[in-house]
Amino acid sequence: MITALSLILAFHLVGEILSRALDLPLPGPVVGLCLLVAACVLRPALAQRLRPTAQGLLAHLSLFFVPAGVGVVAHLPTLRDHGIGLAVAIMASTLLAIAAGALAFQAVARWTGSADPSAMKDRP
Amino acid sequence: MTDPARIWSYLAQGPLLWLTATLAAYVVGDALSRAAGRQSWANPVLIAVIGLAVLLGATGTDYATYFQGAQFVHFMLGPATVCLALPLYDNLPRVRRAAWPMLAGLVAGSVVAVVSALLIARAFGISGPVLASLAPKSTTAPVAIGIAERIGGQPTLTAALVLLTGIFGAIVVTPLLNALRIQDWRARGFAVGVAAHGIGTARAFQVNETAGAFSGIGMGLNAVLTAVIAPWVVGWLG
Repeated sequence: MITALSLILAFHLVGEILSRALDLPLPGPVVGLCLLVAACVLRPALAQRLRPTAQGLLAHLSLFFVPAGVGVVAHLPTLRDHGIGLAVAIMASTLLAIAAGALAFQAVARWTGSADPSAMKDRP
Repeated sequence: MTDPARIWSYLAQGPLLWLTATLAAYVVGDALSRAAGRQSWANPVLIAVIGLAVLLGATGTDYATYFQGAQFVHFMLGPATVCLALPLYDNLPRVRRAAWPMLAGLVAGSVVAVVSALLIARAFGISGPVLASLAPKSTTAPVAIGIAERIGGQPTLTAALVLLTGIFGAIVVTPLLNALRIQDWRARGFAVGVAAHGIGTARAFQVNETAGAFSGIGMGLNAVLTAVIAPWVVGWLG
């Protein structure tokens, strides 16, 4: 587990360095994610090695958002000034964006014939 | 016996108390979410945040003190994001086949997220830095803060709006896509990743592994696209 964690942190570290050094629009962890996918393609054994630790962390991905979420409460006075406008904008645009994204994905999947029966909910 | 006030002043200085409280609040939130059968409204982040906010208010603790303990949990966001590589790698054949649908879902979801948020906020008379802070609300927090700084927003306000968007998206995604009869796990996951970043992705992983993998990709791609379109849309509507 410590080996796996060290490897994951090393990819995070290299991602941060590249993101800053090359002034990429992507944050360090996302660069690290891309590098790790590439490394797993080149060396499938790496994926086997990291899988238990990675699954453990991802099973509790929600946990890592809790401190930042508490930060929202600390900023409530700032939010109150434009409370209703911001709340309506966030709620409506999130509903619209999820619907638009999913419908566009589904429409193009049907149109290009790239539907995937194994990825269907409620399979018959 | 030592005076309880002295024990408290010792605990209030170190990270142990609030680190423990953060983990305990999440354990409670997760248990309640599980007890509710993973219903969308029983979001573990929301439950934990409300519990901790009440606790901070009751003990008169400020956020900076709290964060000294919670920063260790916050730090793990980075390594956890790197770990999204594993489900992505496992789903690579599926991802290759879905290139065109993903492109369509990305452009539709990302553009609608930015444009509709700014149009609605403007209708409520919001302008200037607050409007700019709202533009990147669907992207993952570190990118959103970077975008907000570049287009004249307030980074801390952006961070709060990003969190609220994520929690709201994670709560509404299941009933919304059920109502729209979207059966494809790839479409369901990808759309919530684009619109509600990591918190949406955490929700997707609760429901289905494939949805989680596609959600992680949606989150990453949207970070790039929003960085490109947000300055342009804010210039147009701002």
